[in-house]
Amino acid sequence: MNAARYAMAVDTRTCVGCAACVIGCRAENDVPEGRARDWIVTETRGSFPDLTMDIRSERCNHCADAPCVRSCPTGASHFAEDRSVQVTSDKCTGCKACIASCPYDARYVDPRDGTVDKCSFCAHRTAQGIPTTSCQEICPTSSITFGDLNDPGSRISRLLKERRWYRLKPGAGTDPQHYYLK
Amino acid sequence: MLETTTTRHNPLIDPDLHVWHGEVAVYLFLGGVVAGLMVLSGVLRIWMPELKRSEALKLLPWTNLVLLSIGMLCLWLDLSNRFNAWRFYIALRPISPMSWGAWILLLVYPISAHFAWADTRADWRESILKRLPFMRGLADWSIRAGKQFGVASIVVGSLLGIYTGILLGAFSSRPLWNSALLGPLFMVSGLSTAAAFLLLFKLNDDERRWIGLADMILIISELGILGLWIIALAAGGGASQTALGLVFGGPWTAAFWSLVIGLGLLVPLFGEWLEHRQGAPAGRGPAILVLIGGLSLRWIMVYAGQHSSWVEPAMALGN
Repeated sequence: MNAARYAMAVDTRTCVGCAACVIGCRAENDVPEGRARDWIVTETRGSFPDLTMDIRSERCNHCADAPCVRSCPTGASHFAEDRSVQVTSDKCTGCKACIASCPYDARYVDPRDGTVDKCSFCAHRTAQGIPTTSCQEICPTSSITFGDLNDPGSRISRLLKERRWYRLKPGAGTDPQHYYLK
Repeated sequence: MLETTTTRHNPLIDPDLHVWHGEVAVYLFLGGVVAGLMVLSGVLRIWMPELKRSEALKLLPWTNLVLLSIGMLCLWLDLSNRFNAWRFYIALRPISPMSWGAWILLLVYPISAHFAWADTRADWRESILKRLPFMRGLADWSIRAGKQFGVASIVVGSLLGIYTGILLGAFSSRPLWNSALLGPLFMVSGLSTAAAFLLLFKLNDDERRWIGLADMILIISELGILGLWIIALAAGGGASQTALGLVFGGPWTAAFWSLVIGLGLLVPLFGEWLEHRQGAPAGRGPAILVLIGGLSLRWIMVYAGQHSSWVEPAMALGN
């Protein structure tokens, strides 16, 4: 059986930007004050009065070709078996090359121990067999879907087949595994 | 048209995005000077062994060790988890420029130590070896292998100089940095600042003329590479052009054109040309300006590069 290949999709039609995902993540992952593993972006397009708006819950894109993994000099940033990008804090020197290399600015230095941290797709939960991330669980509009792309029957696989979607900064060439449903 | 957007790439509301500060700029500057000094040391050893060098020039390898140590101290201070620094040396990751850099820095020490030892007075060397007899074999071998150390100095010095540019150039997420030209640019700038650094010391007139002439050629080369770097960004995509705007009308314009191009390259080039034309040995004034320009180049690159980002809005892909 193939290992899982985790990805996430956010439905921009239903996301209202309430930031519950940010708060849920903060509580679940003990994110330090002033830092964030996920955040809300509100993007308005067009010229007044013909405007459209995208609201997105953003986080680490767990890129399949992750520049943070490439630039890390110690191997602290690495791909897990499920192809998500993880950080082993014991190996991190705090050189911040991964932060400089991330086109999504998804990483931060944890001021408590000087190591770099970011969204882990709630790896501690998936390790226990819990199939949801904390941001997904708390989302009041069920806009966040997390799952296994290698399972064609998973909700995320079906959504990406049925709906139109986009990814952020494709020009950066990182093959992000975070999708935004249109 | 993108009307408004709220993103995290705003250092005023998200100051952590500027993760590299002055320590990194100083390290890149000192690394460049050390790289240049190593190449010059190697050239003198291999191609000009008969050159009668002044006492000041013989101090060169010692200054190398001091400058590199200060640079590495800056690098260490920049780490946010400093006591894990040893982790750099239990991994060699071929695709990480920073990993390569850590190992290259380690090679600089023994090579510079050899040059320092070789330039120490013979009676002092003998006196030291009497106290440390177990070092005699290594010391004698080091003197016998002088030419090989000269080659190693040129090779490792070039790797160090180019690496300081590649370190930034390899970050595709920062369009201002993302250019293969940063390697040769920092190498040539390193050679130029090394020549300028030497001119601060009490050299003889022949050495001053030789180093002044070399510095003029290096400054012209650096201006040429900077021109190519600007053309490459201007001819690139939207992200590259936006990044170039940082030094063309953006917040780093005045500093870049006045400190790097004007004060750091054109003015000292003119000064050195005047000295050369009048047959006078190169003085300290232009040299100080070259050093200010070299530090400014790294400083501006480090800060402005972190300002630059992939600014394209989300694009439709897939189905």
